[in-house]
Amino acid sequence: MTVGELPLAVRRPRRIDPRWLRLGGWLVLGALLCVMTSTEEGTPSDHWLVVRTALGSTKLIGWLLAGAIVWALLEVWRARGLGTVVSGRTAGVRGRWHEITGGRRAHWLFLGIAAVAAIVIPQFLSEFYQRVLVDQVAVFVLLAVGLNVVVGWAGLLDLGYVAFFAIGAYTAGYFTRALPVKPPFHLNPFVILPVAVVVCLVAGLLLGAPTLRLRGDYLAIVTLGFHEIVQLFLVNKNNWTGGNQGAFGIPHFSINIFGIHYQWTLASLPYWYLFIAMLAVLVFLFDRLEHSKVGRSWTAIREDEVAAAANGVPTVKYKLMAFAIGASTSGLSGVLYASRIGYINPASFPVVLSITVLSYVIFGGMGSLVGVIVGAALLTFLPAVFQEQNIVRQEDIPMWIGAILVVMMIFRSQGLIPSRRRRRELGLAAQGVSDADAMSETPEGRA
Amino acid sequence: MTSEAPSSSSTAVLELRGLHVSYGAIEALKGVDLVVNEGEVVTLLGANGAGKTTTLQAISGLLKPRAGEIRFHGERVDGIPPHEVVALGIGHAPEGRRVFPLMSVLENLRMGAYRFRRVPREELDRVFGLFPVLAQRRNQEAGTLSGGEQQMLAIGRALMGRPNLLLLDEPSMGLAPLIVSQIFDIIQEINQQGTTVLLVEQNAAQALKLAARGYVLETGTIVMSAPARELLSNPRVRAAYLGEGAE
Ligand SMILES: Nc1ncnc2c1ncn2[C@@H]1O[C@H](COP(=O)(O)OP(=O)(O)O)[C@@H](O)[C@H]1O
Ligand SMILES: [Mg+2]
Repeated sequence: MTVGELPLAVRRPRRIDPRWLRLGGWLVLGALLCVMTSTEEGTPSDHWLVVRTALGSTKLIGWLLAGAIVWALLEVWRARGLGTVVSGRTAGVRGRWHEITGGRRAHWLFLGIAAVAAIVIPQFLSEFYQRVLVDQVAVFVLLAVGLNVVVGWAGLLDLGYVAFFAIGAYTAGYFTRALPVKPPFHLNPFVILPVAVVVCLVAGLLLGAPTLRLRGDYLAIVTLGFHEIVQLFLVNKNNWTGGNQGAFGIPHFSINIFGIHYQWTLASLPYWYLFIAMLAVLVFLFDRLEHSKVGRSWTAIREDEVAAAANGVPTVKYKLMAFAIGASTSGLSGVLYASRIGYINPASFPVVLSITVLSYVIFGGMGSLVGVIVGAALLTFLPAVFQEQNIVRQEDIPMWIGAILVVMMIFRSQGLIPSRRRRRELGLAAQGVSDADAMSETPEGRA
Repeated sequence: MTSEAPSSSSTAVLELRGLHVSYGAIEALKGVDLVVNEGEVVTLLGANGAGKTTTLQAISGLLKPRAGEIRFHGERVDGIPPHEVVALGIGHAPEGRRVFPLMSVLENLRMGAYRFRRVPREELDRVFGLFPVLAQRRNQEAGTLSGGEQQMLAIGRALMGRPNLLLLDEPSMGLAPLIVSQIFDIIQEINQQGTTVLLVEQNAAQALKLAARGYVLETGTIVMSAPARELLSNPRVRAAYLGEGAE
């Protein structure tokens, strides 16, 4: 027994019935929601105006009542053991559900249904929602799928992910002559896609090679710094990048080969299909990757990096690979984005965007392709719906997403649709048995 | 530099000369000399913190030595990355077993055969022959195995890379005496099948029964090196590693 444990043993604090603690929690949550849903605006001179008016209004009573009712219902539920009764009743159904959804054939069936839905449904949506689908859902789903490789599979914390998105977008700007600095030749956006992939791959390797040897947490700091550098470069190198104004007139995609002519325009739907096609290719490739020797190596590195190295896994190589794959996916999305919007500037790529994408990945379920796609899609589409329906104001959306993430982390830290393996890893890591990421000690370069 | 290599006529598989390894400013190994000959079981004894694990990690490339040489079959291998060391034929069952907890027994063994394109059938048969319990539990998650079974898996996993030299880091750690003697019997069998073994142990009594020779490491320095029988009868060794004070 250490000295620090003694006072605890002597003092023996009086224990409060956890029931009352839970009631307190629900009441606080009610009050919080009352403030969050308030229509009052804060003013710079009086930050507490919102809080005071919200908590002074009669609505507070309603929210507190709601909190108390939820609490009472849950207490009854708890007392009767209803939770176990219900889960016992539904066990059979859930078992069958897993049987149906678990198989390989069902996997393809779901994919098929999703693909058909993605192709057909947007046709019936209004122009507003089509625009949301392309500019928000598609862009962020692509980004999330790429970040999932880095964070979910290799277990590396990359906070400069969107820097590569910017590099991809500016590569598009450069090769389409939209930037002040002119290229030796002009390229069609389709040709720029592989070019941007290579550029970002190289940038990722250059950044990753020296930093991935360091202990993992340094990677987060270095990538954050990298993003800052890219951003400052874009702002300050006026005669190359156009500075704060950025670049205008990046042309749309077009096909002009084998007698096929097609020109993408401002219309959203054709871009939606372009994004979906790109996503389908990436999902196919990444799914293969996950179940290959590469994916197994990432799993081994996540579960125990020292043991992986001792078994002959070249850990640095595989971490670098994941990092570079993520970077090039981000760059690819950047080209699509730049061409779609036609206009880029440094402000389009703030540091916080990396964290936004990361939160989508965590929300959806790290390491699960389906999870991060659904997660990113929900967290980009639903806010737009709420905003359009005037349920939530636009400036409140980050607050709501933050709240959802906090609740998610408390009740379902593994994410919406977690990969089975990743969920178990987090469980083991919580017990201190295993690592669940590549962030702790690195076997190489430690001496 | 005169090494205290024994006058054995067989060729040296592993040679450490003046090995220095540091963790930052902390010097963990202060010039270690050690030789393992073809076909031998050599044990490296020492108390907690003596530097045994550091020695093995330096051999398998997990740590880079600050000075000194590591030779494997006469070739310098210090400073090369661990996956290349594995490919040369050095297998390492690390301290604390470190099996991949969520992978099945079979998947763990497959990771051990990482350097091969496909899992070699004969290695798998050999491991299952040595450890029948692993064959029974081939689809069980490694994290749910008992401590002894996990140790067997760690050794089996290291064998899957078809090593000439097997490095074992405290295979008896935290195991019941019955299991320990079972595992030591199997280590002997592995050796008789032709694998050279460098066995790191705190359990000196068991290790010296198995090994031909032993080294005693104290705070980063080899303080004794002798045939196992001599060490067993040496009063200093008896007091430090075989008496009540033994951990
Ligand atoms: N990662 C590390 N960082 C700093 N010091 C370490 C580290 N690992 C081991 N040491 C120190 O190196 C010395 C040797 O440790 P180790 O090789 O693990 O000993 P043994 O395996 O014989 O118990 C000890 O003093 C230990 O504290
Ligand atoms: Mg040790």
